[in-house]
Amino acid sequence: MTGDRAPVATVRKLTLRYGDITALDDVTLDIPAGRMVGLIGPDGVGKSSLLSLLAGARVIQDGDVHVLGGDMRDAGHRRQAGPRIAYMPQGLGKNLYPTLSVQENLDFFGSLFGHDKAERARRSDDLLGATGMLPFRDRPAAKLSGGMKQKLGLCCALIHDPDFLILDEPTTGVDPLARRQFWDLIARISAERPQMSVITATAYMEEAADFDWLVAMNAGRVLAADTPGALLAQTRAKTLDDAFIALLPEEDRGEDATLVIPPYQGGNDEIAIEAEGLTRRFGDFTAVDNVSFRIRRGEIFGFLGSNGCGKTVTMKMLTGLLEPSEGHAKLFGHEVDASNIAVRRRVGFMSQSFSLYSELTVLQNLELHARLFSMEEAAIPARVQAMIDRFGLGDVTHSLPDDLPLGIRQRLSLAVAMIHGPEILILDEPTSGVDPVARNGFWRSLAELSRNDGVTIFVSTHFMNEAEWCDRISLMHAGHVMVTGTAKEIAASKGHDTLEAAFIEYLEEAIGEDEATPAPEAAAQALPEAVADAAPGAPSGFSLRRLLSYSQLEALQLRRDPIRLAMALIGSLLLMIVIGFGINMDVEDLSFAALDRDQTTASRDYIENIAGSRYFIEKPPLTGYDDLDAQMRAGRISLAIEIPPGFASDIARGRDVAVGAWYDGAAPQRANTVQGYVQGMHADWIQRHMREAFGAAALAGDFQLITRYRYNPDVVSIIAIVPAVIPILLLVIPAMLTTLSVARERELGSIINFYVTPVTRVEFLIGKQLPYIAIGMLNFFLMFVMARILFGVPFSGSLTAFTLAALVYVTATTALGFLVSVFIASQVAALFATALLTLIPAVSYSGLIDPVASLAGFGRVIGTIYPTTWFITVARGAFSKSFGLAEMIQPMLAMGLAVPVILVTAMLFLKKQAR
Amino acid sequence: MNYKNVWNLGVKELRGLLRDPIMLVLIIYAFSLSIWTTSNAAPEALAKATISIVDEDQSHLSSRIASAFYLPYFLPPNMINTHEMDARMDAGEDTFALNIPPDFARDVLAGKAPAIQLNVDATRMSQAFTGSGYIQQIVSAEVAEYVAGQRAEVDLPVGLALRARYNPSLDPVWFGAITSVMQSITMLSLVLTGAALIREKEHGTVEHLLVMPVSAGEIMLSKIWSMGGVVLLASAFSLTVVVQGVMSVPIAGSLPLFLAGSMLMLFAMTAMGVYLATVAGTMPQFALLMMLVLLPLQVLSGALTPRESMPEIIQTLMLAAPNTHFVMMSQSILFRGAGIATVWPQFLALGIIGTVLFLFALRRFRGFLR
Repeated sequence: MTGDRAPVATVRKLTLRYGDITALDDVTLDIPAGRMVGLIGPDGVGKSSLLSLLAGARVIQDGDVHVLGGDMRDAGHRRQAGPRIAYMPQGLGKNLYPTLSVQENLDFFGSLFGHDKAERARRSDDLLGATGMLPFRDRPAAKLSGGMKQKLGLCCALIHDPDFLILDEPTTGVDPLARRQFWDLIARISAERPQMSVITATAYMEEAADFDWLVAMNAGRVLAADTPGALLAQTRAKTLDDAFIALLPEEDRGEDATLVIPPYQGGNDEIAIEAEGLTRRFGDFTAVDNVSFRIRRGEIFGFLGSNGCGKTVTMKMLTGLLEPSEGHAKLFGHEVDASNIAVRRRVGFMSQSFSLYSELTVLQNLELHARLFSMEEAAIPARVQAMIDRFGLGDVTHSLPDDLPLGIRQRLSLAVAMIHGPEILILDEPTSGVDPVARNGFWRSLAELSRNDGVTIFVSTHFMNEAEWCDRISLMHAGHVMVTGTAKEIAASKGHDTLEAAFIEYLEEAIGEDEATPAPEAAAQALPEAVADAAPGAPSGFSLRRLLSYSQLEALQLRRDPIRLAMALIGSLLLMIVIGFGINMDVEDLSFAALDRDQTTASRDYIENIAGSRYFIEKPPLTGYDDLDAQMRAGRISLAIEIPPGFASDIARGRDVAVGAWYDGAAPQRANTVQGYVQGMHADWIQRHMREAFGAAALAGDFQLITRYRYNPDVVSIIAIVPAVIPILLLVIPAMLTTLSVARERELGSIINFYVTPVTRVEFLIGKQLPYIAIGMLNFFLMFVMARILFGVPFSGSLTAFTLAALVYVTATTALGFLVSVFIASQVAALFATALLTLIPAVSYSGLIDPVASLAGFGRVIGTIYPTTWFITVARGAFSKSFGLAEMIQPMLAMGLAVPVILVTAMLFLKKQAR
Repeated sequence: MNYKNVWNLGVKELRGLLRDPIMLVLIIYAFSLSIWTTSNAAPEALAKATISIVDEDQSHLSSRIASAFYLPYFLPPNMINTHEMDARMDAGEDTFALNIPPDFARDVLAGKAPAIQLNVDATRMSQAFTGSGYIQQIVSAEVAEYVAGQRAEVDLPVGLALRARYNPSLDPVWFGAITSVMQSITMLSLVLTGAALIREKEHGTVEHLLVMPVSAGEIMLSKIWSMGGVVLLASAFSLTVVVQGVMSVPIAGSLPLFLAGSMLMLFAMTAMGVYLATVAGTMPQFALLMMLVLLPLQVLSGALTPRESMPEIIQTLMLAAPNTHFVMMSQSILFRGAGIATVWPQFLALGIIGTVLFLFALRRFRGFLR
């Protein structure tokens, strides 16, 4: 390879800050072209930030980044260079869509780069063949093992033949065979495409040794950049690990660069942990298959294997978290029993995620755990202090765990696990993500616990050097233990010097038995074809294919998420029933009872008059005032009528007489209605009575008021409410779904695909919008049918015109969701913001209850421009007022005008880069 | 069951809540400001109704009628002609249109009892009914004054003594304030417990708890007592300080009895919160689920509109929801001063529903942890 070509990327005085934290501090660097460049350094030193800036996924704050001969600040250059760069972000399958299958993921990426169906099929077949993924093409990405996820990620990155491949820790947590296969694949592709440059971040120093060029980073700065050989020579170190530590400033180097653990003193044959034929199945899948081992007291025993090989499940069975499907697990000779809480007191457990309560301080965490293990209250302070001293937490007792560096948090986790003085310590990948110096310190603590305190330690890891520190290890793969022994024995058993080489050989044997992998020759043949194609032309301004690929993606994801799907499909129907029946302003079937102290024809006639109406239902007569009180207090009657003694005779003699009516005023709206009904029925009864007594002329008035209740002659609230509910639900639910569709991508990280692929903002937003418009229209029809059939609301207008108006409206409401999501990153906040921002204007300012004309000031302005106002007019008109197209044109124009305004605003604020 | 563990874990939940500013703000808001605003926002019977008048009479009487409509009940009337009337009503610009025919004043004085037409847009339920009543009264009063002294009134021989109990002046704020306390109790008991469980799930600390000598039942109970306790305290504060104190709304019955009933309600709702959290798994899913569950519970419980006017089947279904019994109980105690002799059936129902929900949630929670 030629070293004197122009660098593929140059970085000058680059600085990046997240709030107070400086991720990159004045970095200047040339990245040579056509080479494998490795970026080494512990977590959190700025490797990922540097790579995302190189990929153009993040906004450059200060300094210059030139990639592929252009300035990455320039959006035009990014658009041009974008298709030539491939970026695989950190995290297993971070840019993949977990519910989509392998093939669907590849198809999505292919279509983003403008490949047609045949081209996509050919390329994905080639890439899947080359990576041995063909048998798994229909498996959802979430169900792939870590190694396979990374291979799929690589396939997705390579599908468009990039010139510059940016890989962020692609092999972290992947087994060594898969890791070797991964690098072989990259090497073959580089050989075929010598013009391609690769930069990769890695946490494994042993793989870094094979790269062409290394950049060592610490605390946002570049420590050194040279070939691996030159770095070793410069620091006079034997391994890159040591070289890296030597490059660190003196104060960061830790106590001692090399860690020596005293050998295990035999002679203690007591068995602390014993597993016999442990098997665990989840449905068809066997996670752990017939695993047996014995761990002696005081031993450090390691499980070495990739993510998802069954290490965690085995540990969970040992702690009683999971019941084994078959076999036995014994601690100190006692069967592990989930309900046996006494055994748990003898075991300490530390899981992958550092199980600390982030809302409790260091001290509170320690105290809580001491109490949960039922330690004597008096003994707790001393024990907590002992742990604080032992693990060096004295300076941070009142800090929150999230404010501490990873290495200290890890020590705190260990202190928490040790608080009750357990005899066995089970540690599940305790050091993932921790830098080499902190890792050394951690293992020093473990060695002390084992050798000095006689604690039995069972630890899992995917780091080879950690495995070598264990007294004995088991190599695990796909639920099987392949071999158990000391690191030296295992290496010797396959005639290798290193554990890694032996591990790979064991893996190859195991995989040869049960997994179909293509022969390397087949892969080698498939590959040149895959990469020999010319890169597709520069991306055009707008591509319908990219737009539709986002539509398809959204539809697939929605179909596989039961809660969102339920919200999309039955949410509006459910809420329509709830609101239609619940917000009912008709007051009917109220219960009333009478206290008839007269018991004459006249008094019974008066009560009949009330009981006969549709508003009231008569309950058994009251016996007295006490009964009246009791019934009304219990809410069993809302009206009581008292007819005084001598009612009939007083009327006959023309004496003043009054009927007593008590009604429940607790709910004022209902009480108002009751009052109105009672007055009306009273007047009615008198009128009838007087007409009988004096003839028709008795009651002629000055004038008659003829009231015409238009559009809804029976004044039924369902007819008034239901048509207005349709606009509200067609606003709130589609807007929430579109908000989520963008906020989800942000929160889960797949938004990165929007940043680094040629997709434009228009394609991204409209592509996502289409499926939701379709769902909105489906909901519209379902609600329409329900209004007609279930609620029996008559429809008098034009259905075609109404549908057209609904289409315009749904387009506006789905766009509104995007506008919210552009400003809010978290899904939960976005949901609540959308609910508030849509519901308040819709309920208060859109003429649902008070006409917009009755509003004043700000509310009036909102009401006039808000699309819901117009669609409520349309819906009421279409149902009750015989609206045709002609009457709907004006509201449709008003709603239609909102669509481009909302979408363009959303696009202006939607950034093509992370901040 | 180790009650010390339940206590210690519950204290941990409370400490966690103290460090969650968003939840704290939500609790304070829901039990103070929200109660004040929602109960004051409860609409009066009629406000700012839109009315148009077609005056074909152009007499002294018709102009008196037109000037009798004023704020706050009506916006100043628009004087329009017959043709405009239909178009304006179709477009929803007017709720009422009053049509005064030619020679109205003359016919009134002649005792011909002429007809006057009132058109009402009955799709505006809230205004249609009460508004026409007001208009009838207003027009009658104007006409009566105009013809004053010309005709003898016929006395109504039978009076009607109408008395509203429990809220004699039918003040909507009384009802609104107490109803929104009930709504806040329902919402927060669900949200707080669900969020507490999901927070642990997302941080991976639930699993960690299970390897310690703590059982699933203890974890669940600790969340129930701590989050339920917070809501109970907040509601007691809200009823005494905000509702009785600041807003001067009287409470008829015994506050301790109400709080005892609320404890049963909180037991049921927090168990439901745990259940929903296990179904959802993540916060965003939980928030979505919440909208599908909370709204039906709140709206159909009878807190906002009377249960009697809902269809029979919904009334029956809602008997399975704790809210329905809680609303009945609270309205009886707080509005009508009922004692335990009256509300024991609701206490019993809440206890049974709570136990069933707790057992369901516990089973589901155990499965969720696997």
